[in-house]
Amino acid sequence: MGKLELEERTADSGSARRELADAVELSGVWREFGDRPVLRDVSFALARGGTLALLGPNGAGKTTLLRIVATLLRPSHGEVRVLGCSLPAQAHRVRGRLGYLGHEPLLYRDLTAAENLRFQARLYGLPDDGRGRIAELLDTVGMARRANELVRNLSAGMVQRLAACRSVLHDPELLLLDEPRSHLDPEGASLVEALIGRRPDRARVLVAHDIEGALGDSDNALALAAGGAVAYSGPSTGLSVGDARAIYGGAL
Amino acid sequence: MTSPEEGTGGPGARTHSLRAFTAILAKDLRVELRTLQAVPAMVLFAVTTFVLFRYGLDRTSLSGSLAAGVLLATVLFAAILAINRLFVPERDEGGFDAIRLAPVDGSALLAAKAAALIVYLVVLEAVALPVFGVFFLDTWTGVAPLAGVLLLTDLGLAATGVLVSQIGANSRARDLLVPLVLLPLLVPVMIAAANSAQRLLAAGGPSYGGIGKWLAVLALYDVTFLLVAYAVYDFVLED
Repeated sequence: MGKLELEERTADSGSARRELADAVELSGVWREFGDRPVLRDVSFALARGGTLALLGPNGAGKTTLLRIVATLLRPSHGEVRVLGCSLPAQAHRVRGRLGYLGHEPLLYRDLTAAENLRFQARLYGLPDDGRGRIAELLDTVGMARRANELVRNLSAGMVQRLAACRSVLHDPELLLLDEPRSHLDPEGASLVEALIGRRPDRARVLVAHDIEGALGDSDNALALAAGGAVAYSGPSTGLSVGDARAIYGGAL
Repeated sequence: MTSPEEGTGGPGARTHSLRAFTAILAKDLRVELRTLQAVPAMVLFAVTTFVLFRYGLDRTSLSGSLAAGVLLATVLFAAILAINRLFVPERDEGGFDAIRLAPVDGSALLAAKAAALIVYLVVLEAVALPVFGVFFLDTWTGVAPLAGVLLLTDLGLAATGVLVSQIGANSRARDLLVPLVLLPLLVPVMIAAANSAQRLLAAGGPSYGGIGKWLAVLALYDVTFLLVAYAVYDFVLED
């Protein structure tokens, strides 16, 4: 994201509220697919610059929750505010300010690594099609020499590194990470961490099954089980590793 | 990045939509050039169909409504091959999500896909029309104005095809759903195109009497469906 454009936005009317607002605020959010509720009455807030660990067993609704915050799904009920904008009505004001790294890499298999990133850079309106930024990101994740290879010929780990580059290409204010270290070896995870790790000017929502790692890397934690929030801890109230494990075991 | 102007439809929005349009169109054409998935299949289908008509009808020349019918039915079904595949990369490779996450108006995706489909159809017709002429036409005098009729037909096919293809993109029954919804919607285009084309392919050379009315119907259909697609596309694109 261009800093100049951000400054223009914050100078716009209502900017004060946006500056003060949390990065993400959910209140009583429900999401149903057909008759089946996947999220039930979920509420939480994430301050700007903070990190929220989103925990829970498979099928608990973590990815659904992340997609709602990413503007890719609408909530069935409840209020969602992201970066000071109400969703889904103001989704167009949020898009371009958040980065999303999900289960799918969102990359075209018949384009090269560099072509995929250039395509994204053009969508985001980066100057000079983001050429400098792309070179810098590919170098950071150790893919500079593979920039001209088709994505379909890359290993899963390399694709995940490239997807991480895509998610931060426009320098988002909010990063939504759904198991970002999947497919990555320790070296790859370490390289990608440089892109998606903590930064004081960027909030993150982090879905991970590595409970200790996720809790150690976050200020807040939200645990979901069968679509409902079973535990929420703010900065001053810790969710213990034991509690989180119990959620996975269905004991809480 | 969504600029403040975009929310109000200011000039910044147009500039950015144009950039997104060119990015998506260039991506689609690059992928097609690299994979050759749509256009060769369309051309092969059209040429094979002409061969079948040539020997099935046992006629060395066609004219009037029969010639128009053979040509337009072939173009229509060849177009459906491309329309079915138009959104496959967006669906299978996460393109829909990637584009929706970006500060891009849905109309840029609509316009880029329609433009890509028009490019495919023009390439198809550039090959298929001469083949059709060699197989079936005694005189080529109507071919140049026929290209104009085909271009108007392509616009209608693209506007309607993109909308229906988007609706069917997330359905497992896409291959059935798209033709089932699309073909009835295209009946007015085919009637107007056939009435225009049959005059241009008349035995003994083209006759232009009454063709203006049918071209106007074609143009009206194109404008109507382009506007409808533009108006509803964002709703179709969202979940």
